Amino acid sequence: MTRFNPGLLRRRRRREFTLRALGFSALALAALMLFLLIGSLVATGWQAFTQTHIRIEFPVSAERVKPEEIARGNYRALVQDAMQAALPALPAAEARKLSSILSNAAQFRLRDAVVADPSLIGRSVTLTVPVSDPFDQLNKGLVLRDTPEANRRLNNAEIAAFDTLAAQGLVSRPINWALLTNADSRFPELAGLRGALVGSFYALATCFLLAFPLGIGAAIYLQEFAPKSRLSDIIEININNLAAVPSVVFGLLALAVFLGWFGMPRSSPFVGGLTLALMTLPTIIIATRAALIAVPPSIREAAMGIGASRQQVVFHHVLPLAMPGIMTGTIIGLAQALGETAPLLLIGMNAFLTAAPATPFDASTALPTQIFLWADSPERGFVSRTSAAILVLLAFLAAMNALAIFLRARFERKW
Amino acid sequence: MSNFKLAISVLAMTAVSGTAAVAREQIRLVGSSTVFPYSQAVAENFVNVTGKPSPVIESTGTGGGFKLFCAGLGEDHADITGASRAIKKSEFELCASNGVTDITEVLIGYDGLSLAVSRNSPFVWALTEKQIYQALAAETEVNGAWVANPYKKWSEIDPSLPDTAILAYGPPPTSGTRDAFVELVMHDGCKKLDYYKALPADQQATFLTDSCSRMRQDGPFVEAGENDNLIVQRIEADPSAIGIFGYSFLYENADKLAGIAVDGVVPSAETIADFSYGVARPLYVYIKNAHRSVIAGLPEFIEELVSEAALADGGYLQERGLTVLAPDLLAAVQASVIAATPMAAPAK
Repeated sequence: MTRFNPGLLRRRRRREFTLRALGFSALALAALMLFLLIGSLVATGWQAFTQTHIRIEFPVSAERVKPEEIARGNYRALVQDAMQAALPALPAAEARKLSSILSNAAQFRLRDAVVADPSLIGRSVTLTVPVSDPFDQLNKGLVLRDTPEANRRLNNAEIAAFDTLAAQGLVSRPINWALLTNADSRFPELAGLRGALVGSFYALATCFLLAFPLGIGAAIYLQEFAPKSRLSDIIEININNLAAVPSVVFGLLALAVFLGWFGMPRSSPFVGGLTLALMTLPTIIIATRAALIAVPPSIREAAMGIGASRQQVVFHHVLPLAMPGIMTGTIIGLAQALGETAPLLLIGMNAFLTAAPATPFDASTALPTQIFLWADSPERGFVSRTSAAILVLLAFLAAMNALAIFLRARFERKW
Repeated sequence: MSNFKLAISVLAMTAVSGTAAVAREQIRLVGSSTVFPYSQAVAENFVNVTGKPSPVIESTGTGGGFKLFCAGLGEDHADITGASRAIKKSEFELCASNGVTDITEVLIGYDGLSLAVSRNSPFVWALTEKQIYQALAAETEVNGAWVANPYKKWSEIDPSLPDTAILAYGPPPTSGTRDAFVELVMHDGCKKLDYYKALPADQQATFLTDSCSRMRQDGPFVEAGENDNLIVQRIEADPSAIGIFGYSFLYENADKLAGIAVDGVVPSAETIADFSYGVARPLYVYIKNAHRSVIAGLPEFIEELVSEAALADGGYLQERGLTVLAPDLLAAVQASVIAATPMAAPAK
């Protein structure tokens, strides 16, 4: 029997304390990094979730819009008329120039309103339209009034005119739904993520439809049916290697094979989905095999014992029990695919488009490539919109991961 | 099992229908990231006015644009490419070898390249092209000899400049902005060196392209990638660093950045337009004429591109930062584009 040694005990306790302290500080560091990332994104991005609007009355004169050619009327001049009427204190020419306060979309909104209701000609209509980006920045306090005029994006006259309108209570700042419902635009105040969201949806749907059945099929064959041989070992090693291949390599492959040989349409979410499926496939195979291994052999043996064929064993018993694990792995694989940028850049999914794709074969962007596009735009309004788009992407990732955790907690069986 | 078969056949059918894409309804543009914002503006207006499907515009860089544009005729290849320099002879030949022979060159306007510093910089910067060359070139003249660039501080070049380390962020070699910077600033600066002036006249041209075109690689010149916003952020954070980028980025960030006067002229819309600011370059668009009658909407798009509303003084491209052409030059450009005049092979 060894004698009690207090020094030894102290040392053991100290080591345990050090280990815990290291673990805790690693976690704290990770949490701090996450906090800094999210914090800086929210700090710059929250402004993009609101957008300054102006309610303004547009007189629709019959001179500018001929009733027989409503769509081709001079709506640009009508917008200038409206600004002249809203700022009666200023000389006409100056007031007309200040129509730059309104977004470029104002003339098209007005056109659509008059086309929809031709009886407006000769009367006037009140619309709430977005203001252009520099004035939006001013209203959000991002263009500072105490900056010397020469260095400021807006001059004193422009700011004074905006303040006049604001004093009349015409300026409002509602939630910027356009950020989600509009397609891309060169004007920050009109730019939205609709094209990117639809494009990412089509790409992920293609990726899921392809990678999910193929991945499960491959995993079932490898795990349940394939004879254990040198060949199956090589295949297994290669699948694990494939999961570690950088995504840009898959992009180059897609460029050469899908676009080059098969002549598939460039920039389309369908090709994007095919490329992402190549990347996601190994993840799904590995997750499925792990889930199949986790089903206890007793289930298989019991099913065999009452006369089930091997196919029946797999599809009636093992696969249903492994499904929660497979779904979790698939969702995590898809979440990874959602954030993938490099392969999409190579197949041209970073195009500028002012409409969302109607089918998976139309040209489109995806969420990460849209972020890439906006990050490179000179307009100041895109700074906050880039952060906002990243927050939207992170929200989708978090939702997908939460779904994976929910499925695992709800359906996983423990033995 | 039948469900599984069904799923597989549905997938196969989708794949086949995907490859057999029907006639392209969208116009495709590629090319320079400098022309990109202007193509965007034309496309957005084109969609708003005509209601046709949105053109697809990719920012591939000038060189990458010509690669795609010159790859061939037909629906799989781009209709228009933008360039921040004129097409090279080699690119024109690549086009010709793939059957793209009928190209119209459109000069859409000029773009200023600006050098800028943070507004927090304590020093009021003004440089000459010669000083810029001495600070950023790989090789330069020191006391009559041609040597690897020894300068580490601005004050070593000229005592009137600040006593801080030379640090400039600029575009990488793949960028058209870089080509333009080398041609417009570095070459002009090199020409002002006594060593260059002393060379025999027949050697000067090759000396310019061989020895005066390289940026230094030993630290003071940092290639900051194609993203100009990144350069803006870096020089904002470091008041002693200077940045090189398109004028539109200086215009948008005038509250944070100050333009550096080059040879005594500060970059502004006016000085770029009247060419007193020497660092401005032409921007081009190249149109594949064989596609005009094939791709739906292309003639209307081209009309919008060269319309007065877009290109003229007060047009919407000027609002976006383009320096517009003089009226008579614009009229000539419009005439040649509408008539689809094919361009001649470039000299170099």
